[in-house]
Amino acid sequence: MNIHEYQGKTLLREFGVPVLEGVHCTSVEQALTAYDNLNSKIVAVKSQIHAGGRGKGTLYHPQTRQEVMQGGVKIAFSKDEVETYATNILGNVLVTIQTGDEGKIVKNLYVESGCDIAHEYYLALLVDRDNKSVLIMASTEGGMDIEHVAEHTPEKIHKVVIDVNAGLLGFQKRDLGNSLGLSGMALRSFAKTLSAMYEMFVSQDCAMVEINPLVRTSNDEIVALDAKISFDENAEFRHKNWAQLRDLSEEEDVEIRAKETGLSYVKLDGNIGCLVNGAGLAMATMDVIKLYGGEPANFLDVGGGADEEQVKTAFSMIMEDPNVKGILVNIFGGIMRCDIIARGVIAATEALSLKVPLVVRLAGTNVEQGKEILAASDLNIHPANDLAEGAQKIVSLIGGDE
Amino acid sequence: MMAIWIEEDAKVLVQGITGKQGMFHAGKMVEYGTQIVGGCTPGKGGQTVELEGKDFPVWNSMTEAITATDADATVIYVPPPYAAEAIMEAAEAFDTVKGEGVVICITEGIPTLDMVKAVAYVNNRPGIRLIGPNCPGIITPGETGGAKIGIMPGHIHAKGRIGIVSKSGTLTYEAVAQTMSINEGQSTCIGIGGDPVNGTGFIECLAAFENDPQTVAIVMIGEIGGNAEQEAAAFAAENVSKPIVGFVAGSTAPPGKRMGHAGAIISGGKGTAEEKFEAFKQAGIACANDPSEIGSVLLQALQDAGLR
Repeated sequence: MNIHEYQGKTLLREFGVPVLEGVHCTSVEQALTAYDNLNSKIVAVKSQIHAGGRGKGTLYHPQTRQEVMQGGVKIAFSKDEVETYATNILGNVLVTIQTGDEGKIVKNLYVESGCDIAHEYYLALLVDRDNKSVLIMASTEGGMDIEHVAEHTPEKIHKVVIDVNAGLLGFQKRDLGNSLGLSGMALRSFAKTLSAMYEMFVSQDCAMVEINPLVRTSNDEIVALDAKISFDENAEFRHKNWAQLRDLSEEEDVEIRAKETGLSYVKLDGNIGCLVNGAGLAMATMDVIKLYGGEPANFLDVGGGADEEQVKTAFSMIMEDPNVKGILVNIFGGIMRCDIIARGVIAATEALSLKVPLVVRLAGTNVEQGKEILAASDLNIHPANDLAEGAQKIVSLIGGDE
Repeated sequence: MMAIWIEEDAKVLVQGITGKQGMFHAGKMVEYGTQIVGGCTPGKGGQTVELEGKDFPVWNSMTEAITATDADATVIYVPPPYAAEAIMEAAEAFDTVKGEGVVICITEGIPTLDMVKAVAYVNNRPGIRLIGPNCPGIITPGETGGAKIGIMPGHIHAKGRIGIVSKSGTLTYEAVAQTMSINEGQSTCIGIGGDPVNGTGFIECLAAFENDPQTVAIVMIGEIGGNAEQEAAAFAAENVSKPIVGFVAGSTAPPGKRMGHAGAIISGGKGTAEEKFEAFKQAGIACANDPSEIGSVLLQALQDAGLR
């Protein structure tokens, strides 16, 4: 689960990480008041969306798609400039390298004081799968695309692996600071910042904290100038405050509803809907559709114990997508029995008066009963014996519409 | 030694045996023929649970349960907030009572930082092996019955000579069905789970299958996210002489989106299926483009190795 920069900075401030004064705004008027209150010669006017590359993004008018402004993060030297930038940002669509061509409508703005920057660094805390631990990554190459740095100058990325049962140790903070060339007051400020960030990472169940750039000011203070924070959704049960931090407008409505009903759904661009049990098999089903020349419309895992009602919900979610021209159901019954799935499929098909072609592949527990139930119905359901056959059938069935 | 880590007659405890999931699956395991010796639910010690018409004892702690039963393994069906602690309790109890044991955690949705702690804890106890979490478990089919420890449908398996290791549950079942389609059974099938931080990985499974006399060939199924598959491929190229058939799920997954499993995400352009398939091919692993092809690719690999 991602949060906005302005929310991340509030959290960082709570844990004692130095951040600049800033105000979250949702209107141009608020931005102008913020400028007056911040009392800073220069301010940054920053688009708040859940995607990186905001600074180098482009703003477009939501209806006409006419370009409004280059750059979703602007430095303003006057109140007039704040007004111009805020007007150009709010309500318009920001397209960045991470949003896709559709972009995202900007509804939130962060107006932040400026500071004198002596140097920009990169700092990130994340869970490292290789070491099965928390990893801190830092680089002197702040403000840049870190993947580019990692590829071209990997020696400029410094890493520290934390033993979670020992915590972040003093020498690790000093070593990392030294490798960034910090000393004296700046090194002490860095060490303190790092401790605060590590404490936040662990206590808040973060999945990733990325500060790019982390800056050293001309006064040798370390300040977090940006904040990209995400949480581990598995830990939501012990963080009641996340509900308020979640920006539902950043998530696909149908994906949220799927989660509420215990399904896992991801929308894709194709036209063949899929309904599968198990995440790995659901991915494989999409892959095989593509292999036989089709395009999957979604990833949908109904889980290991779906009942008739969930199968029905899953079907209605698939059919909400106007691109869907056919559906492939692929179930390997383990705990889930094929006869129950077959009944669920029939009930859903009838309830939704399904018009598109439907291919059903059943395997595993009670497969024979499942197949009999489908065959006995007078609905237009095409059976398949394995995944390849199922994919080929659905691709050829929708072929005429292409 | 026959099969890996879990022998056909392994004695197994169930943590969370009094819960809905635990009781249901414990029953299925008994039905399959797994030697369930009891369970553990704190606060319910002294009670019994009836499975398939037979009573099984419940203990308050894993130390008591292992001491009383000399269990070889435990399977965890404890809800996410308490699962990591259940893993650590089992690890400590096995280590103290007998110096070894296999801990299988089925639970899905455990906080990642809880797993970081639990894995470090288990790794401090070298005799303890953790499988999972968020996995179907491990099964060593027998001539009759066998040891099914987890949630997989037992009846699709048969004792044989193919080792299977996978990150995904239903895709493992698919692989099992594919081996059966060419009249091959399984030595041991392991679901290592789809979480970013887990216990046993591909490499340990490959090494164990290589050393297992019952296993003659291996099916390895990965998915997008991380680079465990690439590392396993590099390991296999150097250390595994037995034929391996590989598949990776998620060729069509969009970057930056979590595909059901917490660990199944392409981030920063890394962890794609293409990368993993390429690593498999480089390592001489025979790849199936489609799970329905696993059987035929495996048959070819067995023929090439003079095993059919």
